[in-house]
Amino acid sequence: MKTFGERNFPGRLIAVEGLDGSGKSTQIYLLKRWLEAEGVRVYFSEWNSSELVKSATSKGKKRELLSPTTFSLIHATDFADRYERHLLPLLRAGYVVLCDRYIFTAFARDVTRGCPPAWVRGIYNFAALPDLTFFFKADLEVSLRRILDGRPKLKFFEAGMDLRLSSDPYESFRIFQGRILEQYLAMSTEFNFNIIDANQRVEVQQGIVRQLVSQRIDLSRFKRENPLPLPPPLKVKPKTVALEDDPAE
Amino acid sequence: MKKKSHNNIVVPQPGPRRFYGQGIPGVKLEELVGKLIVVEGADGSGRSTQIAKLVDWLETSGHATVQVGLKRSSLVSEELERAQEGNILSRTTLSLFYATDFADQLENIILPALKAGFIVLADRYVYTLMARDMVRGMDESWLKNVYGIAPVPDAVFYLAVEAEELVQRNLSKNATLDYWESGMDLGLSRDMFDSFLQYQTAMQAAFLQLQKTYGFTIVDSNCSVDAVSQELRKKIGAVLAAK
Repeated sequence: MKTFGERNFPGRLIAVEGLDGSGKSTQIYLLKRWLEAEGVRVYFSEWNSSELVKSATSKGKKRELLSPTTFSLIHATDFADRYERHLLPLLRAGYVVLCDRYIFTAFARDVTRGCPPAWVRGIYNFAALPDLTFFFKADLEVSLRRILDGRPKLKFFEAGMDLRLSSDPYESFRIFQGRILEQYLAMSTEFNFNIIDANQRVEVQQGIVRQLVSQRIDLSRFKRENPLPLPPPLKVKPKTVALEDDPAE
Repeated sequence: MKKKSHNNIVVPQPGPRRFYGQGIPGVKLEELVGKLIVVEGADGSGRSTQIAKLVDWLETSGHATVQVGLKRSSLVSEELERAQEGNILSRTTLSLFYATDFADQLENIILPALKAGFIVLADRYVYTLMARDMVRGMDESWLKNVYGIAPVPDAVFYLAVEAEELVQRNLSKNATLDYWESGMDLGLSRDMFDSFLQYQTAMQAAFLQLQKTYGFTIVDSNCSVDAVSQELRKKIGAVLAAK
């Protein structure tokens, strides 16, 4: 599998991955705000947001009709719709596309649900890899607390209740998220995840993200003609955290 | 003891069962004791007629039957229909949407029925889905991976009818050609009649390509309904009687 850059697309794709509650959506939102202010042609795409597929997905979830296989396929359908109708044309047109979750979410979730890894990866092999992937790694307890404090009613599939891990949704959610985290970490080297210590302050993380983006992507190539005035730069000493020397462990 | 007619009922013996690829997680193959019979073919090839006749024959012979087809799942069939009407889905999306529909019926109808010892009659199966996508330029190995969830049927019949004959049958039945069965989304020709002929010819080529891998039985369906029906009964009878 190749990245969009390696496939000679004029655009670039940046993906964020991480558990629910890892703060990745906040980070990609702040990245988007910065890129917009820099005058970069930017587009933001969320997992599970294709209008076409939405009614089937929400029906399946509400009525708990989904098996691991159909859960996987319906999310792949949703992804394919966004990929073919939005991401590809934008990347052809030279946009910087920001994805809140990408195929790695499916790899981690579907395999945790019991789908064969080779089958899941095969399904998504029509998609190019991101040019830059951030993985927000928070302590499991921190992510759990963020979700469980803020939104105490867990949805059936979100809590992994279909896996019958526990009859208690909170306990089920804990076990499920723990297994997903294991899956993410197992693929982080293979897919060049840039691991960000998500236990740090929001600003610290955003500083690292912006630094890495500007190092890896020549943003001047993606600017519109009349950029907006820039906000003052963040003054943060960037550091990326490798898996081996993660201070959180 | 006097030999009664019900003693003539053949009890099909479970044969070896496997999936084409990775299969469905958690399914115990040895529990799938029923039989899966697939009838493939274009619209107008006589599929529905033949399946109706097979149901009659099988039920009269003492077998419980279940019918499945494409785009009949409770999960996505409505959405799929709507999306198709608008013709707004790209090819990978449409392909995966159909795969979702198939998987839903597989898990909720086909597998439970096979477990309960039914004869499942599938009005089209993964081969049609694969052939349609192959004609649209999709990668065969990608399709084989996706449909690795499908159990290998006990018999697959492809009702082959010449494209010219299909046109006549479709027109005499509906007085119009179906947009998708004419492959109009492919832009082969703006003339529906031409497009239909080209598309159905391409579909037949794709089926022949798949036949090399999947080895299904090609039934010449240009001849009479009864002749085709006799041939199907003979072959299915052999499948059911196999020890």
